[in-house]
Amino acid sequence: MSPDSKKTFRLDGREIPFREGQTVFDAAMAAGVYIPHLCHNPDFEPHSSCRLCTVIVNGRPFASCTQPAVAGQDVRSDTPELNEMRRDLTDMLLVEGNHYCPACEKSGSCRLQATAYALGLQDSHFPQLFPHRDVDASHPDIILDRDRCILCGLCVRISRSVDKKNVFTMTGRGIATTIVVDSPSGLLADSKVSRDDEAVQHCPVGALMMKGEAFKVPIGQRPYDRAPINEDSVARFRAREAALHG
Amino acid sequence: MWREEAPPAMDELRGILESHERDPGELLQILIKAQHAYHYIPDEAVALIADHLRVTRAHVRGLVGFYSFLSDTYLGEYVVYLSDNITDRMQGSTGLATYLCNRLNVTLGQTRQDGRVSVHFTSCTGMCDQGPAGLVNGVAVTRLTRLRMDLIAELINARQPLDAWPRELFLVEDNFRRSDVMFRRAFDPGAALKAAMLRGGDETLKEIQHEESVDPSSGHARRQGADETLKELYRSDLRGRGGAGFKAAIKWETCRDISALERYVVCNADEGEPGTFKDRVLLTTYTDVVFEGMTICGYVIGASRGILYIRQEYWYLKSHLEAVLARRREADLLGRNILGSGFAFDIDIHWGAGAYIAGMETALIESIEGRRAKPRKRWPLPVVAGLNRRPTVVNNVETFAAAANIALKGGAWFAGHGTSHSAGTKLFCVSGDCERPGIYEYPYGVSVREVLRDCGGLDAQAVQISGPSGVTISRLEFDRNLAFEDLSTVGTCMIFGPQRDMFEVVRNFAHFFRHESCGLCTPCRVGTSLLAALVEKVAAGKGSPMDVAEVQRISQLLKTTAHCGLGQTAPNHLIDSLLKFRGDWDKRMMTTEFVPAFDLDAALHEARQLTGRDDALAHL
Repeated sequence: MSPDSKKTFRLDGREIPFREGQTVFDAAMAAGVYIPHLCHNPDFEPHSSCRLCTVIVNGRPFASCTQPAVAGQDVRSDTPELNEMRRDLTDMLLVEGNHYCPACEKSGSCRLQATAYALGLQDSHFPQLFPHRDVDASHPDIILDRDRCILCGLCVRISRSVDKKNVFTMTGRGIATTIVVDSPSGLLADSKVSRDDEAVQHCPVGALMMKGEAFKVPIGQRPYDRAPINEDSVARFRAREAALHG
Repeated sequence: MWREEAPPAMDELRGILESHERDPGELLQILIKAQHAYHYIPDEAVALIADHLRVTRAHVRGLVGFYSFLSDTYLGEYVVYLSDNITDRMQGSTGLATYLCNRLNVTLGQTRQDGRVSVHFTSCTGMCDQGPAGLVNGVAVTRLTRLRMDLIAELINARQPLDAWPRELFLVEDNFRRSDVMFRRAFDPGAALKAAMLRGGDETLKEIQHEESVDPSSGHARRQGADETLKELYRSDLRGRGGAGFKAAIKWETCRDISALERYVVCNADEGEPGTFKDRVLLTTYTDVVFEGMTICGYVIGASRGILYIRQEYWYLKSHLEAVLARRREADLLGRNILGSGFAFDIDIHWGAGAYIAGMETALIESIEGRRAKPRKRWPLPVVAGLNRRPTVVNNVETFAAAANIALKGGAWFAGHGTSHSAGTKLFCVSGDCERPGIYEYPYGVSVREVLRDCGGLDAQAVQISGPSGVTISRLEFDRNLAFEDLSTVGTCMIFGPQRDMFEVVRNFAHFFRHESCGLCTPCRVGTSLLAALVEKVAAGKGSPMDVAEVQRISQLLKTTAHCGLGQTAPNHLIDSLLKFRGDWDKRMMTTEFVPAFDLDAALHEARQLTGRDDALAHL
């Protein structure tokens, strides 16, 4: 622990130490407390769009992935009300796209599926919206299935900031928002994307997948088959923290 | 769908690109001009623009897909948008749209086979006091009637250029019905700025520049007049007129005190809240006051650049606004050496392209920077890192007008009007079922009843305060006061007479929010869609108590988890309506506990067709 780790805030009644500049989310995860999240990946800049990580700070709701930790503040996260809202948000993401977990190649390593399990979402409550979105299978190595996209924007952020290619962006607005690919034809095959791109590796769902690799790890041995996403996320986050800050 | 025979020549676009710097921040402005030139953004244009600005084609397509007034399909030589606000509907817009489409022989939303014309609906165009209204090739048309639709159809069929159309079609009136202390008399351009510069200083402007001192905390030169004007702003207790009501002096001082090489003044003239049109009137008749308020802000905070971000619905004001800016430059009220004081400040105009969300200050900044108007993360605030990540004051049109008045007459004068928590006067946009719709200036604290009495709308059953994102009040609440401490408001009163079906009001508002959600966050993107679908289910006579519970549940989710004010306020009208006008819901509801949204028997239709069966057992 760094010397200034004496600063703390309360999270569901428990004192959580934090470093200056950390968010509520970072500090909670480092302390071993899981806050559900989908659009956030701590290795990349936060987006605060999925809203699953919403917590109540001093009585007001905020996305914990962007909310700075402040000494002495009172944070509520694991409450029945917030967990029900997280279930509803996850349900909204499921009905907004066309998801078919039992047949999906990503099953077992899909964060949406695993988060739904972790939150106790047994089935869809909201009516399906059945969107019509294009599948782009033009690329030899990569498939973009917009039906399974949850618009977390990770591919957009990573392609821009890490791959420096700006392959992905979003168009449309509201419920019609979709991912567009940068190429003259708008197709992946004509874009600069390649199989090694970080943007392709970090899709939390089955929207961006490598062709021919779907079953390399058999179903049953995939990350969230072995451990629920809350344990897996916290373990990964703490390993990352240890590597970065010792 | 209409297809062009050959790709359009791009000469005009090349000219447009030459007139713009290779700054990605110019993207939206270029796209607007290209849209006006070609009536869509062809692929060839996407490629040229992307190359010119060194951005990706996907980025350009991202903007075209986001803003309502940009299109990737050809819309026709004449593009008609009809305002779809509830007040326009109450004035007969729906029937008029059908009438016009019949006269033109077009299907709503589709370009006519010969490529001449298309007709669409758009969110409120800000002409509620003279509706039904619309836009033809970006220019506002008002008081539409069947007679006017006949004329418009004739002019389009005869391919008459807009310049040759009768002027009365484009007539926009101020309808300024009541003025109070702020807008009572004519404004002398430069008077407020001079007062600000002279405040606390010597009598002649020339001496002001010798009183500059360098403030160690901000590192830039301070002028005594600026400090004294800021004090007056504090004394005035002016709160932002855009809705949130943040104290203007705190915002200005915070921005001034942050160390930066440049800071900006942004005037938010993107009044997209349906039922709101006060900025339009201010920018038409009190243009100098607004620009002067921006200039005074620049002077106080030490900015040299101001931007007026204005919605495209007010495109017809373009030459007027540019002429006023030119005149002010001529008079040394803008430019490198304002009034000989050495203070440099100028104002650019940035146009919006049909996005209600752009009224949200961080989304507005994104739009000025040439991106999709998505609200930014909560921190840092624009006063710390706004436009180009530099300290930025974003205020509403009316706030700058008030600031100019305060600079001229002093903070105490301003604070002497209104209430203890809401100083000064406020403009109210009155529309709907009343005899005299228009703009009314009142001191804060005026009761709804007084407004209704003055405009001739006392028989109202409801008033929508602040537009769809605001509050619906019933007759029982007409003695409530319009002020931050009671009915906080951007200044909008949409009046609904006793004959109105209040369910049709929520139906209109629910679709408005579905259409205007930016799509960034889950609750707003999906929630506004689910809410609109539930409202439609009730409208179709298939609503059950479970659906009402569902509306309430989703509404609560939006209020708690949405990323920005749009999503957080989008369900207000539903919650209020269920509380206060439940009767208009109930008369449509089924009495059973639950009714599915889909028809089980109809769902078997395809299977029956495939199997060739239509006997009794093939039905449910």
